[in-house]
Amino acid sequence: MKIGVPKEVHEGEKRVATTPEVAELLIKLGFSVAIESGAGSAADIPDEAYKKVGAEVINNTRALWKNADIIVKIRAPELHPEINKDETDLLKKGGHLISFIWPAQNEALLQKLAKKNATVFAMDSIPRISRAQKMDALSSMANIAGYRAVVEAAQHFGRFFTGQITAAGKIPPAKVLVIGAGVAGLAAIGAAKSLGAIVRAFDTRPEVKEQIESMDAEFLMLDFKEDGSGTGGYAKTMSKEFIEAEMALFAQQAKEVDIIITTALIPGKPAPVLITEAMVASMKPGSVIVDLATEQGGNCEVSIKDQVISKHGVTVIGYSNLPSRLANQASQLYATNIRHLLTDLCPEKNGELNVNMEDEVIRGATVIKAGKITWPPPPPTLSVAPAAKPAASVPVKVEQPKTSIIPAPVKQYAPMILGALLLYQLGSVAPASFMSHFTVFVLSCFIGYQVIWNVSPSLHTPLMSVTNAISGIIVLGALIQVSAPGFLITLLAGLAVLVASINIAGGFLVTRRMLEMFRK
Amino acid sequence: MSQSLVSMAYVGAAILFILSLSGLSNQETARRGNYFGMAGMTIAILATIFSASVTAYAILITTLLIGGVIGAKAAAKVEMTQMPELVAIMHSLVGLAAVLVGYANFMDSSSPLEGIEKSIHEVEIYVGILIGAITFSGSVIAFGKLSGRIDGKPYLMPGRHWLNLSLLVFVILLGNVFLSQAESGGGTFPLLLMTLIALAFGVHMVMAIGGADMPVVVSMLNSYSGWAAAATGFMLSNDLLIVTGALVGSSGAILSYIMCRAMNRNFISVIAGGFGTSSGGESAAIEGEVTPISADETAQLLLAAKNIMIVPGYGMAVAQAQHTVFEITKFLRNQGKTVRFGIHPVAGRMPGHMNVLLAEAKVPYDIVFEMEEVNEDFGHVDVSIVIGANDIVNPSALTDPNSPIAGMPVLEVWKSHTTIAMKRSMASGYAGVGNPLFVMENTRMLFGDANETLQAVLKSLNA
Repeated sequence: MKIGVPKEVHEGEKRVATTPEVAELLIKLGFSVAIESGAGSAADIPDEAYKKVGAEVINNTRALWKNADIIVKIRAPELHPEINKDETDLLKKGGHLISFIWPAQNEALLQKLAKKNATVFAMDSIPRISRAQKMDALSSMANIAGYRAVVEAAQHFGRFFTGQITAAGKIPPAKVLVIGAGVAGLAAIGAAKSLGAIVRAFDTRPEVKEQIESMDAEFLMLDFKEDGSGTGGYAKTMSKEFIEAEMALFAQQAKEVDIIITTALIPGKPAPVLITEAMVASMKPGSVIVDLATEQGGNCEVSIKDQVISKHGVTVIGYSNLPSRLANQASQLYATNIRHLLTDLCPEKNGELNVNMEDEVIRGATVIKAGKITWPPPPPTLSVAPAAKPAASVPVKVEQPKTSIIPAPVKQYAPMILGALLLYQLGSVAPASFMSHFTVFVLSCFIGYQVIWNVSPSLHTPLMSVTNAISGIIVLGALIQVSAPGFLITLLAGLAVLVASINIAGGFLVTRRMLEMFRK
Repeated sequence: MSQSLVSMAYVGAAILFILSLSGLSNQETARRGNYFGMAGMTIAILATIFSASVTAYAILITTLLIGGVIGAKAAAKVEMTQMPELVAIMHSLVGLAAVLVGYANFMDSSSPLEGIEKSIHEVEIYVGILIGAITFSGSVIAFGKLSGRIDGKPYLMPGRHWLNLSLLVFVILLGNVFLSQAESGGGTFPLLLMTLIALAFGVHMVMAIGGADMPVVVSMLNSYSGWAAAATGFMLSNDLLIVTGALVGSSGAILSYIMCRAMNRNFISVIAGGFGTSSGGESAAIEGEVTPISADETAQLLLAAKNIMIVPGYGMAVAQAQHTVFEITKFLRNQGKTVRFGIHPVAGRMPGHMNVLLAEAKVPYDIVFEMEEVNEDFGHVDVSIVIGANDIVNPSALTDPNSPIAGMPVLEVWKSHTTIAMKRSMASGYAGVGNPLFVMENTRMLFGDANETLQAVLKSLNA
């Protein structure tokens, strides 16, 4: 089948869905690859590079769309400004499309694509399970966005990130607050940290505390018990009380920190407003806010999508296309994600797609199959969040606690009472001579108990052999018996002496042999 | 020698025995402890020989000498890998001696006891022979299993718990019969019958226990041999026997307890036998592919590693690989690498088995650690080598509540950067449990006889 890679038409979009390296691997999978001329130029990939690996370069946009069985894109189809036609209409009838779709927000687009009888895989709908990480474009893009957010902040921030003591005076380190520790948040933490800033982070999901701390950042605790983990490793909307507590924390932090990077998103919902205008006003002049959620409305009250504004002396950056600002890197990662998806879709390596709806990953990514809308998929069975109790996913048979007919206190004290009764019985019949032996016996048991617990576990074998030798003490009985009258008794006792003395000699000598071996 | 002097000698011997056992608390004092034991035994035997009641010196000295020589020869000859067998067979000798002494005492009608004292004495004889006989036959079977003469698999009779119980009840009833007959000077027949039942009971009990539970059995029999001696002491009114028997008995009991705890198993259930036959839920099937590795690659991995942990199991004993292990250890330590040994309490077939083997191979004991000491450290270990161990490194003990070994503490080798598992072939361990460790991503399987493959590793290390 033929894969077509058109030039992205969205304004400011510099990425391209396939790189030459990936095109080469796709050709090895049995596909043929065609790319629109100039598609990679904004990402610093010339047409020649594609030609070199055997991909076809097509000048005509319509021809590319018409001939390709599979269209691979980044942005969801939209109006093509040059030929003034919607990309959906360009798509071949019954063709395949792989791109970001955002099906929850783009109901109309889904309907339109369905009418074209298309099969559509949404890169944003790939389930977040470990197996699908290699094709998780949201993560790879978020990683870039987080990194770039710090770079953008540094660009507009008038100071160092790192602290220094120089001959010309002290440079205090920048304080960075990252809100939302998803992939983008963690990438931002890492980037800010490596520039030398003091980094704090906040997230509603307690399980990311460890991840934040592993990046050497400080996790801001909220004195409030509520778990913000939703399904699939995403966050969910929190209660009103929680949000109030959270806002109070942000208001206090806003006065302290120099840079705020917000990455809080809730799937399928507008982004929560976390930084109010009052908080912006309370920040030190020259501070920077980078809002990574402007696409979904923004986490900051004053941020404007795709613009950098200055308000109350604070720079508010609202770029929604941060990955596109690192176009070459983003293209490489996105293309690799696409290749992994296509590899899974083409298990035979014959260049034909096999849309196996039994496969959880493919099922999740497929939003339209041959004109039929299959979105939303059934909920994923596993959360990638490490702290999301793995036990819950494994069906464990709950064992009924064994109901005992004997109540617990009886069970606990019964052996003691029984023992006491037995001792009483024994004491009431036994003669004095027995009792003195019995005393010796019981005391010896306790001495043994005390002594043996101190034995080093590595000496357990020597302990056994030496106790073996010592229990040969039984020879004493035999020694006394041997002299008693009667042949049979002498024979039995003689045998016993023989046997026991094997034990004594053998036990002590083998212990000695063993102990000689133990050396430092 | 006067009776008081003999008694005093016995007190001295008892103290020496206690010092002997307490000497085993660490390696430095252990040797001295052993000599204390020998001294105590010598004092006790000499005092008895020179006491007024002993006259038959000829028989006595001959038998002592013969027995001593046999014992010394066995001690000098035994391989360290065969220690469990030796210990088991020595337990059986104590049991046998207890039975013999019991019978001799029973036939000796010169005792002046009357009334309740006589009855108690007879009960003592009965119990002494009972414990002795169980110890004897049980130890013989344990010896057979350990030395491979008898199949190590648990041999289970239908309704064995009821059989055991009815045997016990029968023995008690028989004891009553014995007592009433002994009043009038008889009782030989019930005593003989009881001995037979006790022997059968010992056989049955140990036959039902699987090979992996052998450490418990060996220490339990150790305990029994002590109780047999103590019972004999009661029978002969000899306090030294009672003290010593009690010491040995509690020692064995504690060892059994430690072993059971190390396997997270109930003592009763081990003794009742039939490991792995309990009907729980289906344990999770093990799926995945093993990644084999060659001896050369193993050597490369070891050369690249800084922190190495070796986890030996019974397989190392079987293959007699401990000397090769030490050669490798020596090489790696000379390269400045940290090499440590992690020992699971039930590795091998008796308590402390692995320590003795490593000591034999001259591995210094300060790099040999207990499970608790090293389990936390696996995160910092670059390469851990599992030599012929399975159940003691099985992660499903911690993760799969339906696993037959669920809850047993294990060495968490999978936390190390890379794990090399040495195995003869892909078979499940003694407990018959599949091991997910072998299919983990960071596990490499090195197949073959442990000694031969380790020799190959050593060769490529030296190359």
